[in-house]
Amino acid sequence: MNKPTDKSGFFAALEDSPSADTFLRGLWKDNPVFVQVLGMCPVLAVTNTSMNALAMGLATAFVLLMSNVLVSSLRHFIPKQVRIASYILIIATFVTITDYAIMAISVELHKSLGAFISLIVVNCLILSRAEAFASKNTVGQSMLDALGMGVGFTFALLCLGVVREVLGSGSVFGFGLFPDGFQNWIVMILPAGGFFTLAIWLLLFNILKQKRATT
Amino acid sequence: MFKQTLHISTSPHLKLGVSTDDIMRNVVWAMLPTSAFAVYAFGLSVFLLLVTSVVAAILTEHLLCRWSGKESTVNDWSAAITGLLLGLTLPPAFPLWMAFVGSVIAIALGKFAFGGLGYNTFNPALVGRAVLQAAFPAAITTWHPAFLEGRFTDIAGSTLALPFMEPTYDAVSGATPLSAFKFDGVAADSADLALGLVSGSAGETCALLIVLGGIYLIARNMMNWRIPVSILLTVYVLSGIMHWVDAEAYPSPVFMLFSGGLMLGAVFMATDMVASPLTAKGVVVYGVLIGLLVVVIRLWGGLPEGVMYAILLANAVSPHIDSALQNRVYGTHKKAKAV
Repeated sequence: MNKPTDKSGFFAALEDSPSADTFLRGLWKDNPVFVQVLGMCPVLAVTNTSMNALAMGLATAFVLLMSNVLVSSLRHFIPKQVRIASYILIIATFVTITDYAIMAISVELHKSLGAFISLIVVNCLILSRAEAFASKNTVGQSMLDALGMGVGFTFALLCLGVVREVLGSGSVFGFGLFPDGFQNWIVMILPAGGFFTLAIWLLLFNILKQKRATT
Repeated sequence: MFKQTLHISTSPHLKLGVSTDDIMRNVVWAMLPTSAFAVYAFGLSVFLLLVTSVVAAILTEHLLCRWSGKESTVNDWSAAITGLLLGLTLPPAFPLWMAFVGSVIAIALGKFAFGGLGYNTFNPALVGRAVLQAAFPAAITTWHPAFLEGRFTDIAGSTLALPFMEPTYDAVSGATPLSAFKFDGVAADSADLALGLVSGSAGETCALLIVLGGIYLIARNMMNWRIPVSILLTVYVLSGIMHWVDAEAYPSPVFMLFSGGLMLGAVFMATDMVASPLTAKGVVVYGVLIGLLVVVIRLWGGLPEGVMYAILLANAVSPHIDSALQNRVYGTHKKAKAV
């Protein structure tokens, strides 16, 4: 990379290190939600509160990390012809573990996330990382990639969840921000609010990216 | 070498000389009687409501233009129209802060996010109203009676609700003719409806003044007359048939024409030049579609009024209407397919 940089020290070192780049890509440049627009089902459906968004993000990140590691370590043993089926089996295993883990931690949370925990198995972000990255790279690299993507996904879900909860219920993580009598924006808790919020975040991200590209 | 004086431009080459600003200014003139009547009927609250929504729309447009480094397009009056239209579609005692939010959304999301005037897929004012309807369903269906005593000195309690706070409503509230018919089975008098002696959204009550504004615009050739005519005819014919089938269950066609936001929508909103189709055939299809949806939503839907959703849906399909009903290019065969 021969960018004209005036950055020095830590960040310059980060940009030059390929491992750090693998990790950071998921956070910003290839953010799964704001750039790749992958896994829209949970992004729109379970971001009506910050708590749901965080739980969903962490659950997905966990499944992503474990399946990436396993897929990567088995990449020489899985025959090309049946690789997708094998990936799905691996992913499904970890989704089942997550499902039971969440149920054990909080039945309430499990109820509010509903079918969307099981649906992590068809989250295209996870399959796309397995297919595009983990099946071609070392275990360490795949782990970094999964961590970056997982954190990026959780960050994006939180971006939506916080905005929707503040406007839709007047609180963040259940803590009220306003005095009594707050007017809830009903639309923000409904799916329509998810689309609106996602559109506005995408708009902001694209503006930011354009600004960065021009300067 | 000779100096090039050849002008190269795309068609049309013959222009009327009427600019966007002229048309928009005339639309504002056409809406003024309706706005004045709204203030007369509902008093100070509506005056503040209209001022708030117009100012918020102009402010949003100006700030967004400035922020994105464009020349401010406030002077073309289109933002003022959006704000005024939004204000006219809101209930008279609607909280001002919600109107402000609606105006900002109308301009920022309904218009600016699509690229500004000329690019908006939907009528911006209706986008604002649709979001408000989804966000604050209680506030937007709480109606204030018209012609109250002391309406020019008192402000409705809910109008001045603090930002982000739930409004408290005065004890008096009225039902619109449409909801009265839908939920209580009471049909209002047709003359009252035409003259605007009923309750409803700020600017939708007086059908006659709206029609006058429309006739003014049509006479100045600044509005496609086919749109309102085809909408109103469709509603009249369809509801006439239903009324003839079962006069008890379905209201009379005259009631359907003059109640609710149909007149305001047909004359000032469906005729949005950007969001409606271009060809003469296209606008008729568009108008019939709106009329059909209005009748279906009003008679069989869960909501008493459906003009807003009807127009938004028709806006969404209007590009498709355009591409399906292209004019035959002069000199080509009938069967030649337009690209």
